[in-house]
Amino acid sequence: MKTMKPIFQWKNIRLAAASVALSSAFASTAAELTIYAGAEADNIRYFSEVFSKAHPNIKLNWVRDSTGIIAARVLAEKDNPRADVLFAMAVTSMTNFADMGLFQPYTPKGMDALNPLYLNKATPANWVGVYGWASTMCFNTVEARRGSLPKPAKWTDLENPVYRGKVTMPHPASSGTGYLMVAAWIQMFGEEKAWAFMDKLHANIASYSHSGSKPCEQAASGEYVIGLSFPFRAARLKAQGAPIDIIMAEEGTGWEMQTAAIMKGTKNLEAAKTFMDWAVSRPAMEAYASRYEVTALPVTVKKPDHFPEVDSKLIKNDFAWAAKEQPRIIAEWRRRYDGKSEPRR
Amino acid sequence: MKSVSNVTGRPDALRRSTDDWLVLTLLAGFGVFFLFTVVLPVWTILWRSLHDSKGAFVGLANYHGYFGNPALLQSLGNSLVVATTTTVIVVGLAFVYAYALTRSCMPGRPFFKAMAMVPLLTPGLLKAIALVYFFGNRGIFKSFLMGHPLYGPVGIVMASTLWTLPHAIMILSASLLLSDSRLYEAARSLKAGPVRTFLSVTLPNVRYGLMATGIFVFVRVLTDFGIPKVIGGNYNVLATDIYKEVVGQQNFEMGAVVSIVLLIPALLAFILDRYVSSRQSSSFGARSVAASPRPSVWFDRGMWLYCTLITVVMLAVIAMGQFAAVVKFWPYNLEFTLDHYRFDMEGVGWENFRNSLVLSFWVATLGTMATFLSAYLVEKPRTHGAIRQVIQALALLPMAIPGLVLGLGFLLVVNKPGSFFDGLYGTIALLVIATLTHYYTVTHLTSLTALKQLDKEFESVAFSLKVPLTKFFFKVTVPMCAPALVEIWGYLFLNSMTSVSTVIFLYGVHSRLASLAVVHMDEAGRLASAAAMAMLIVYACVVVRLLQLIISKFLLRRLQAWRLPSNP
Repeated sequence: MKTMKPIFQWKNIRLAAASVALSSAFASTAAELTIYAGAEADNIRYFSEVFSKAHPNIKLNWVRDSTGIIAARVLAEKDNPRADVLFAMAVTSMTNFADMGLFQPYTPKGMDALNPLYLNKATPANWVGVYGWASTMCFNTVEARRGSLPKPAKWTDLENPVYRGKVTMPHPASSGTGYLMVAAWIQMFGEEKAWAFMDKLHANIASYSHSGSKPCEQAASGEYVIGLSFPFRAARLKAQGAPIDIIMAEEGTGWEMQTAAIMKGTKNLEAAKTFMDWAVSRPAMEAYASRYEVTALPVTVKKPDHFPEVDSKLIKNDFAWAAKEQPRIIAEWRRRYDGKSEPRR
Repeated sequence: MKSVSNVTGRPDALRRSTDDWLVLTLLAGFGVFFLFTVVLPVWTILWRSLHDSKGAFVGLANYHGYFGNPALLQSLGNSLVVATTTTVIVVGLAFVYAYALTRSCMPGRPFFKAMAMVPLLTPGLLKAIALVYFFGNRGIFKSFLMGHPLYGPVGIVMASTLWTLPHAIMILSASLLLSDSRLYEAARSLKAGPVRTFLSVTLPNVRYGLMATGIFVFVRVLTDFGIPKVIGGNYNVLATDIYKEVVGQQNFEMGAVVSIVLLIPALLAFILDRYVSSRQSSSFGARSVAASPRPSVWFDRGMWLYCTLITVVMLAVIAMGQFAAVVKFWPYNLEFTLDHYRFDMEGVGWENFRNSLVLSFWVATLGTMATFLSAYLVEKPRTHGAIRQVIQALALLPMAIPGLVLGLGFLLVVNKPGSFFDGLYGTIALLVIATLTHYYTVTHLTSLTALKQLDKEFESVAFSLKVPLTKFFFKVTVPMCAPALVEIWGYLFLNSMTSVSTVIFLYGVHSRLASLAVVHMDEAGRLASAAAMAMLIVYACVVVRLLQLIISKFLLRRLQAWRLPSNP
């Protein structure tokens, strides 16, 4: 073993030397980008493949985690940024980052073709919206039959005491999907009625989870009957064999936008711009559309099996309001439900 | 080494100073190490808790805001309730198990000793998945909970019990082994019955072991966030509050406040532990004779039954994890499949597994060397008392720091512009340093225990024979402690394979770990794939554990002949 060690080291040194030589020789074409992303890992792999087809000379290094972990890292790295690009991050956190001046403003080519709802008003843009996700109910039909529970059609159906201890939803303080729902209820029902609805809903909630996927998983495996979650996860679970109905509430659904931005201080600005141009391009939009509910550029692609019809249910979301009001709404939510949220019998 | 050989044959005073200088240099080295890995992260967190998000000093305003919230008292109360309940259960269960291992003549003791370590082989999430499959709303043993929901205090206590039991059995077995048979002879000649003997000899003898175990379990449960996050439901505890503040709201200041609040009970427990251990004068001296158990049919049978029961429960967890990894869709489609072992997500794959092996190897190797050396420096030299005390305190501090808080501290320290660690961010090297720090205390204490068994007179003899300290250390001390070193290596390896909270803020593109992949797949709704990745970790841990047992056996035969008369 001892004699093998130097060989390995030599190999490493040679490799390193070779890669340095290579990267300096092709500095204009070959590049690596470090991208922090908050989206689901299975989708990131797919998007990454689509990108590589268009730009084989740019290598993407992904750091993917839940939106909260990524946002916490970005904030901690504020004075010393490590990522070149931030991708698939909820617009509510992006607005705050933009205010802190963390982004390198850039208007991607082809941005004017996008739905104006997705655009940052600054010129050049701090960030750009690329696709959106919404909320849905996962309803376990096997467990519902066992407990003879009616199938809900509206959000307000969830007030019914028959569902006591049978519903789960994401915690709005730790999940973007959870906050999306609360913000939508307030926008749809008005502040007062929305809190009255949530009071009744709270009485039925068995637990608030720390991820947007978890409630649908728990409904899919029969732990609970109804899980409030998002359509992509619901369709995936149903395709895996979960006995669930995917219900889009009649009143409509809130939605949250996923965005992309270049980090200020990047050493790979040209490659980052290339990525941003790609992120709003038609092939990218088609890739998003095959996985998510809505896209910034309207494209028609085949949706995954079991994917519900979402477009007609989307409310007119006020993102600026949702971002600005977030601290207040979360504080009020926690005051009402967090301290006394013991599990129910 | 060079300077040591140069001075051979010079007057004593000079030689003492060479050894002295060596000790002092090494102590200073450890001081610097702890400064960066313990003091700086904790200081950064404390600093953050006294400032607002813009960095302006606000004094105790954040604390006022936090204590004004009634949810805090509830979280604090909940944390104390689960930690105390778990401690009582674990100490009870572990004491009987350890008693059976050390004081009964039941058959299969080596087997049961090995089985006690089984939960160490499994990542926390696998235990949680198994508990859900057993006791969840669709679980096969749901009725055992008598209507109490698994998600909440019940689940937290059950999972924490499984998780801390091996550690507790380890500590208690060690302390039960060190009992003087002369006391039992005395009790017999005084015609004391078994109950009387147990109460007046056995219990007082292991009093310190019991306290140490209790405190260890208490602190571990109090500071853990993985278990309550997955299985705690709405039962808020301080550790998940930190998660909600930092990860959910990106509110570092409040997260720092909760971290400091959480440090307080952990520190108090830790101070108590130090106090107890300083009061404990060794009842097992150089002239003691290790007690050896006498056969007793009914007692041995009872103990065998008890250990079998505990072992079955611990194995059931792994069996259920394996089951979860190979069925199509629990609980509705139980067909066999290997599909879940095909990891087709970004950032999740076999490379994670390789990274985890690399990380664990380095944590175990460097950690064994570092903790043994630091324990040696604290225990053996007779000079620099004050500095040794400081190093001892610093080595014990990491146990009181929750993994998530340590990780957060590292994250903030590393990202200060011009930071010493700047180039390390995202590398496996940084993960090694953080993980090593997280597990430092336990291994430092294990090394200390091993070293305490060697008489200090050895060093005095070496000194008068003019043997340099380094030579003595490598020729005598290390070989004599070899089994303990192997044990520590294995302990660090297994724990690094499954550790999550310390590294979740620190990993990078090229240092993604298997333990994190398990968390990520669970978050993505792929419970079965998460179980499959967790089982890969289990397989690796089983292999390492078996290797470790073989090596220990070999070492025991080759190097430990001096133990044989008292330890057959």
